[in-house]
Amino acid sequence: MRWGRRAAATAPAETLPRTAVELRDVTHAYGDRTVLSSISLTLTEPRVGVIGGNGSGKSTFARLLNGLVLPSSGTVLVDGLDTRSRAREVRRRVGFVFQDPDAQIVHPTVAEDLAFGPTNQGVAPAEIDRRVDDVLVRYGLDGHRDHPAHLLSGGQKQLLAIAGVLVMRPERIVFDEPTTLLDLANTRRVARVIDELEQDVVVVTHHLDLLAGFDRVLVFEDGRVAADGSPAETVPWYVARIS
Amino acid sequence: MLSLYLPGASPVHRAPAGLKLAVLAALGVGLFLVSRVEVVAGALAAVLAVGLAVARLPGRALWAQVRPVWIWLAALFVVHLLVTGPLPGAVAVLRLLTLVLAAAVVTATTRVTALVAVVEWLVQPLRLVGVRPARVGLVVAMTLRFIPLLAERAARIREAQTARGAERVRLGLLVPLVISVLQLAHTLSEALDARGADDTPARPLRRAAGSVGPA
Repeated sequence: MRWGRRAAATAPAETLPRTAVELRDVTHAYGDRTVLSSISLTLTEPRVGVIGGNGSGKSTFARLLNGLVLPSSGTVLVDGLDTRSRAREVRRRVGFVFQDPDAQIVHPTVAEDLAFGPTNQGVAPAEIDRRVDDVLVRYGLDGHRDHPAHLLSGGQKQLLAIAGVLVMRPERIVFDEPTTLLDLANTRRVARVIDELEQDVVVVTHHLDLLAGFDRVLVFEDGRVAADGSPAETVPWYVARIS
Repeated sequence: MLSLYLPGASPVHRAPAGLKLAVLAALGVGLFLVSRVEVVAGALAAVLAVGLAVARLPGRALWAQVRPVWIWLAALFVVHLLVTGPLPGAVAVLRLLTLVLAAAVVTATTRVTALVAVVEWLVQPLRLVGVRPARVGLVVAMTLRFIPLLAERAARIREAQTARGAERVRLGLLVPLVISVLQLAHTLSEALDARGADDTPARPLRRAAGSVGPA
């Protein structure tokens, strides 16, 4: 299945600069357990997918890209900024959407939560209100502006989590299994939302359909990149490998 | 307060949160300084007038706040009836009822952001001992956000245990709930980092009326 692209309908007026993420011989371990081994690669493509089995290192890889996790050895550079020394600047450039939106929504009501990120960035209140209004309308949440976040449906919560990142205007967004907790209709909805983003995206997922229009897919296996190429090359290879 | 805000454009909605909280505090003190039933009843009537006529809150929203406590109010009246008599009982019940309704009016007409901003202002003096008011405000907001979420997670664990034959779940709930909370806290700390919680705006920002932005 492939979701159509309607970028022009919702894209911001200005064209975002393309980011480059570079990993140089990156290894990461939690205590004695090594979860990523000697990863070296550069991401410049607008749409990058990451697949692999549970425990293969996908989520750790995703967290390395915006400095949530720092490498045990090696270097991660985002537009030349080292995540170890320039983590705040990196996180302003690279947004992150978590698997469980409940862990990402920190304020009791929808609009207040959307304002959280840009407030931290020091954005002017009038501009915050404008951005909040924009994403509320864009994602059909305008009727829920003052609703308690915990009363939203699972799909609406994930849209709120994505919107909460978008209002921070990142240049690249990393999604860590954004559709794992969603039903089919909401999975398709979130997939469309990702597809329509002007930002570069890195999507970690088990939903292979999500990757149909992607530029590049990385397959992780035991903390290493086992395959790297177009979806047409890598997805069938991965499916055959686990069959 | 967890989810009680009802949007509106009334003068009560537009009034500063600090003023509303100050009036609420003054009412709480004042009501306990008077013991005449007609004064307390008058205060109750005034609170109802402000809530229903000025703020235009639906009656059911106010009743929703009274419903959980009415049984205690009734019990308090019965105790007073037996110990001090009907008039002191009526005064005691009317006092508490007035305060519950006044608090309901405040929370129904004030965004959490505005209440948190008042908390941050109140703790400003603690800057002298290294406390960051914005952090205190964030803790308050997150507490309000996560109480229903933790209740939901506890309910899920209880259901899972019941489904597996645990008829009376008491302490058995605690361990999985604590583990779940710790996992949530870990992801939440990452989310706070990702959303720039550690970034501090270069200067305080002015907040427009009705804005969801910073105070």
